[in-house]
This record gives sequence, C-alpha cells and structure tokens, in this order.
Amino acid sequence: MTEPSAALAELTEISSQIESAVLFGADGKVVAATIPDEPAAQVAASAKALLEQAAQIGDGELTQIEASTGDGSLFVVKDGTTMIAASTSAEPTAGLVFYDLKECLRAVAKPPAKPAAAKPRPKPKPKPRTTRPKSNGTS
Amino acid sequence: MGRRRLIALGFAVGSLLGIGLYARRGREGRERIDLYFADGSLVSLHSDSPEAAPLLLHAHDALRAAAA
Repeated sequence: MTEPSAALAELTEISSQIESAVLFGADGKVVAATIPDEPAAQVAASAKALLEQAAQIGDGELTQIEASTGDGSLFVVKDGTTMIAASTSAEPTAGLVFYDLKECLRAVAKPPAKPAAAKPRPKPKPKPRTTRPKSNGTS
Repeated sequence: MGRRRLIALGFAVGSLLGIGLYARRGREGRERIDLYFADGSLVSLHSDSPEAAPLLLHAHDALRAAAA
C-alpha cells in the first residue's frame, strides 16, 4: 500500500490538470490532502454531501461525479470506503482525470507487496580433501 | 464634438457591459453535473435542472474551499 500523502504527491505530479486533491473516508474524515487541513476538511465535507445527495438521483451505485462550473471542475471518485475529491481548471480532459484519480485510489488501497522469501543459504561446499604424501622418512 | 465623444463613450461602455454579461451567462449556462454509476450508466444534469441546483451548490462550496 502506498502512503496516502505519497499517492497524492504522485497524482499531482503526473496530472497537470489537477490543482488540488483530498483523500477522505466514508465518515468524511480527511486521510491526506494537497491543501491545508481546514480547507481540506471543507472540501471533504462538501464532496461527501455531494455524493450522498447525488446517490439519491439514480437507481444504481454511484461511483464518480464530475461537476463542471465556470470557476473550474470538481471530480469525486468513490472506491469502497475511500473517496477522493479533486479540483481542476475549467474544461479539463475528464477521462484522464478520472483515470488518474482511480489509479491513486487503487495505489492507496493496494495491499503491500510481500517481500521476496529469503533464499535458503547454499550449503558451504566441502573443501576438497588434500592428501599429503606420506613422508617415508627418507629425506 | 463633445456630444459625439459622449455617444462613442456610451457605446463603448455598453459594448463592454454586454460582452461581460454574455460571458457570465455563457459560463453559468455551461454548468452541469455528470453522475457515473457502477453499471456504466451516466446521468447528466444541467444547471437549469432543479435536481442540479443543490448539487452545484456543494460543488461550488468545495471548489471555493479548494481555491482558498
């Protein structure tokens, strides 16, 4: 599992369209953010409210939202109990932003890779026997 | 001469106001919310839809906080 803050740092590095991002849990608690704590908590609260209200509109399970406004766009993606909200400038490439956000969520949720099992130490080769010629005492 | 200038100035100010209002209306008209569901369906709500208004409010709040 990638550290949430490291995953967000990677996200903003690879996606030039994303201006800020906030990772938060189902309870609205901020896990990590690229902005200071107070605005991050506000973003998480608004994004959570947006998800909850939007979920009442359709019949199926809501997984992602794009809100396009004149000031910019807000993306919210849900993956299990972890959610991410990201702001971009106006008219972003939505497909790319969604892809990057999902990758970030996957990186955070992925279980840590198991360390490779330590190879058993090879047995030390037996030293070749050296047989000394017997001295016959005639020297 | 003075009257002509006044008319030209009024025309320029009016044009600028018109451009500003048009741009603002255009920006607001572009506002929309796209909802993507797990089954692959998409619901797109435009700003003139009554369901979009409360959702856009939350989106504006989040964007304002993110920009602060």
